Amino acid sequence: MNEEELLAQLYDLTLVGNAPAVLELTNVGLEMGLSPEALLFNALIPSLEEVGARFERGDFFVPEMLIAGRAMAGAMDRLRPLLIETGVESIGTFVMGTVKGDVHDIGKNLCNIMLEGAGFQVVDLGVQVAPEKFVAAVEEHQPDIVGFSAFLTTTMPMFKANINALEKAGLRDKVMVMVGGAPVTQEYADAVGADGYAADASTAVNRAKELVKKHRLVGQA
Amino acid sequence: MHTVLRSASKEVVIGEDQPFCIIGERINPTGRKLFQEQLRSDDLSRIERDVADQVAGGAMVLDVNMGVPLADEAELMRKAVRLIQSLTDLPLVIDSSIIEVLEAGLATYEGKALVNSVTAEDERMDAILPLVKRHGAAIICLPNDEEEIPEQPERRLELVRKILDVANGKYQIPLEDIVIDPLAMPIGADTVLVRRTLDTISLIRSEFGLNMTLGASNVSFGMPNRSAIGAAFLPMAMVAGLTSAIVDARSPEIVRAAKAADLLLDRDPWGASWISRHRAEQVGVAQAAAAQAAAEAEPGAGTAVGGPAASLGAS
Repeated sequence: MNEEELLAQLYDLTLVGNAPAVLELTNVGLEMGLSPEALLFNALIPSLEEVGARFERGDFFVPEMLIAGRAMAGAMDRLRPLLIETGVESIGTFVMGTVKGDVHDIGKNLCNIMLEGAGFQVVDLGVQVAPEKFVAAVEEHQPDIVGFSAFLTTTMPMFKANINALEKAGLRDKVMVMVGGAPVTQEYADAVGADGYAADASTAVNRAKELVKKHRLVGQA
Repeated sequence: MHTVLRSASKEVVIGEDQPFCIIGERINPTGRKLFQEQLRSDDLSRIERDVADQVAGGAMVLDVNMGVPLADEAELMRKAVRLIQSLTDLPLVIDSSIIEVLEAGLATYEGKALVNSVTAEDERMDAILPLVKRHGAAIICLPNDEEEIPEQPERRLELVRKILDVANGKYQIPLEDIVIDPLAMPIGADTVLVRRTLDTISLIRSEFGLNMTLGASNVSFGMPNRSAIGAAFLPMAMVAGLTSAIVDARSPEIVRAAKAADLLLDRDPWGASWISRHRAEQVGVAQAAAAQAAAEAEPGAGTAVGGPAASLGAS
């Protein structure tokens, strides 16, 4: 197996979510002298992007997204220390949580898996996350994006409360805000002053990438 | 245990010796962009079709949720309840996570409604249960609290016990008016989740013998061929003790599965409902065929261009 064949196989195995084989092939690749970046950017990430694209087209379903994400995560655990050693930056940091008053987390967890798969460093704060906890996490991790998830029309107003808390702490212009959840719409996201909204996990990744670009441009200006 | 729901003129009984109670889920703007926009501009016309479709499909009760972000939900609920009660005599489920909206719905509704829902959170129980009691309504109770949606059936059972202590003990809501939601989770997220729901149903039946309902569409979320999954799930849940479900009542596959399970579980003596349903369907098919034949027998009757012959020629 040459390097090209290995990367192609790694891509295929990630696509079908074969976690043990993905991890094994990652190790084989490293032994062959492939760089962690090559494995990540030429096989794992493109594969997860294809998973997302298929999901958006309705060709892939939630379990397939989950197992592909898990296969990717296993390889990432192996690669992360090496990537840090070689000074490769993650494509962005994402602080994520379900808002206070809400305990729903299936959609949020799906987003986390897809974001990690896309190369984001994800800090998951869990469910029932109070505004002050979001503020503290934004201070600590200095993420590009903070994401608020809400499943209920009653807990959606926490988006605004969280944004207000960020403003009060002087952090609002330092971080992009994304919101999502079953009842959330683009209009609602706009009304509360969020920077981004996505209807599903796969779209969330694309939106997050756009926002990171925008955020870093603003940061440079 | 019989949970009785009423409209102004019709009574529906939920219970294990009764036909499975099919609650139509459709009057809910979540995930329906166009419907949301219409409701926000005070246009409730879409509800008329949702009512007609669900009644035709076999719904026995209709769930009403007006959860539109950035709208006056309480006012929408009042209008929707009034409109729906003018269109159908089916009893309604007043569905909102906002207490004022539940209050608006209950105050407007004529009859005995089912409220959807209360959780095991102290604050919410103290706000919602007195309201339910005052209106003599029935209430759907969810065994989750501010900490978690528990995965383990035993933990769900503990939370059911907590709710019963408050609803029945403190607020004197009769046990027959308490309907437990054993929490249906998406099979696509983890294939153990539905077994947990089925185990929860069995536990609640053996421990409390209460009526139960759940949002059956959750089970198939994110999966292909959703109706088939729903149609397989309902009979299993019915064997375990589920007595009602909030479903897509427009799906013949799902409604038929519930009706067949009624028959198989001895809730349809002599199969009378099953057979009469079949006849009604046959009559419908025969009428449609007759209408088609009549239309074909008189080509161009009154219409020179748009008749069936013209459209056949065009295709």
